[in-house]
Amino acid sequence: MPLTLADSSPVDSPDREYLWTLNFGPQHPATHTTLRLVLTLDGENVVSAVPHIGYLHSGFEKLGEHLDFNQYVTIVDRMNYISPLANEISWHHAVETLLGIELTPRCIYIRTICAELMRLHDHLLNVGTTALDLGAFTAFLYAFTQREKIYDIVEYASGQRFHTSYTRVGGVLFDVNNDWVNKVRSFVNAFGETHAEIHKLLTRNRIFMDRTKGIGVLTKEDAIRFSATGPLARASGVVRDLRKDEPYLAYRDFDFKVVCSQGGDCYARYLVRMQEMLESVKILQQAIENIPAGPINIALETDVVLPAKPAVYRSIEGLIQHFEVIMPNRGFPVPHDEVYAATESPNGELGYYIVGDGTPRAYRARTRPPSYIHFAMFPHMVKGHQLSDVVAILGSLNIIAAELDR
Amino acid sequence: MAGARRRRAAPFPDSFRPFSTVTINEIHSRLVQQFGDQITGLNATATDPWIEVAPARWDEVALYLRDDEALRFDSLTNLTGVDYLETDPKKAPKFGHEPHLEVVFHLYSFVHRCRLVVKVKLPRWKNDVPGEIPDCPSVAHIWSIADWHEREAYDLVGINFTGHPNLVRILCVEDWVGHPLRKDYEFPLEYHGIRGK
Repeated sequence: MPLTLADSSPVDSPDREYLWTLNFGPQHPATHTTLRLVLTLDGENVVSAVPHIGYLHSGFEKLGEHLDFNQYVTIVDRMNYISPLANEISWHHAVETLLGIELTPRCIYIRTICAELMRLHDHLLNVGTTALDLGAFTAFLYAFTQREKIYDIVEYASGQRFHTSYTRVGGVLFDVNNDWVNKVRSFVNAFGETHAEIHKLLTRNRIFMDRTKGIGVLTKEDAIRFSATGPLARASGVVRDLRKDEPYLAYRDFDFKVVCSQGGDCYARYLVRMQEMLESVKILQQAIENIPAGPINIALETDVVLPAKPAVYRSIEGLIQHFEVIMPNRGFPVPHDEVYAATESPNGELGYYIVGDGTPRAYRARTRPPSYIHFAMFPHMVKGHQLSDVVAILGSLNIIAAELDR
Repeated sequence: MAGARRRRAAPFPDSFRPFSTVTINEIHSRLVQQFGDQITGLNATATDPWIEVAPARWDEVALYLRDDEALRFDSLTNLTGVDYLETDPKKAPKFGHEPHLEVVFHLYSFVHRCRLVVKVKLPRWKNDVPGEIPDCPSVAHIWSIADWHEREAYDLVGINFTGHPNLVRILCVEDWVGHPLRKDYEFPLEYHGIRGK
């Protein structure tokens, strides 16, 4: 439990000169990425923490104003690179909301499957590295073996392991085939075993429990005050899941539960993530058996999607259509409107606020990055804990600095 | 039909109905009743309907939005600064906006399970003096998360949130000059001996 510090006078007051300052990061194995904390310590207890971010700031939102809706997908990939496809799906969900496009049923299912695979991908990394930071190495390796399999599946569909750039406005880049479906099916069926192994290694592990129980408690009120979303909020008892609250893609069709906990500590977050993986598997099992047949892209007449390559090479209409979409001064019609649309990414509510000004580029492409919002509450959560708990809390928040800084 | 254009679902989708009893018009009329001419606009037909509030008493309006029993917008989902400016004089007539800044607040009510968009319009420069960034009351004491969001908007768009506890740059380094997401921003040619552009 966090200690209530006896002396609550300001950190910089003269009678507290014995406090010392520790610089944590920007390069530290437990930050995983580049972020820096300036910790004020009283012995081993953290009196205050001041996060310094921006080391990976690369102007993504500015780039969003210069690249068109399809080009920018390569940038959003690189925001939360732990679950790149989830970012792409979220970005194009917002774009399609702006353009008023309704996707084909097949595309919706493919995207749903990809989104859930990414949830497994992200949660596996988070559970694995949280354990790794606390000294448990085996669970990390088990998790990464499964992640490797997801890479394979994603590579099979999109041709890329990591930064897939798989979605397009109005559809996806390539169709999937039966082999892919079989790959997903065998992965999903075998996943439960690994999940059980990780569960066995960590859930009742004395050391793991001692290091995470009662650490970094976020109450329900604070979670709402800080706009926490995703597993972090659900572990604090906030019942909010965009997949249920504002169903998008095909989530309306599936039977799954929203996993919540009352604990609000690092252990509760771990449990929520573990259980969510099982719910994802449940969604995948339903989705993979019910992929509708049909086209993956919306109709060509909408002037949004590219025609098939044979049509481009062999017919004048196809060639013209191709250039109509591709050429910088043509592009597709975009309304003078603005939308905020969000999806439930593995980390929380990942939303985009897009202002359209009639051109095929966003006038303003604002991201609501869950990492940014979650890291803002870190100083609040770490106060009174010990130095070694910093790592546990940081791990349970799943901060991805590329998304944090954009 | 695949590819058919459709209108976006109503701002408060059907799935919300059991929870949500407020509509944008009701919220607007409540606010007008309370704050009168401080509520300067309403667009109920946009894809995301929004209410416009004058900057002068925005913090009071925000507090009312959070605490009033019928509203209870207890969570700030997102805060965006947008710079409306067309730098190319040829395209300016078609642009459709006067040059101005907008701070867009996306609110969410966990009690009523609905979203709300509130806009605060600001001039691009305070008193039209280039370099003087405009003021907007801070809401960091109302929604804690606004602290970092406002720092980011200050950093990238150049909005001075008055009353903010610690308004310093967050993504750019502290001695950076200018606000990168302004439309007339020019990338510096040099920074501490590092060549730009």
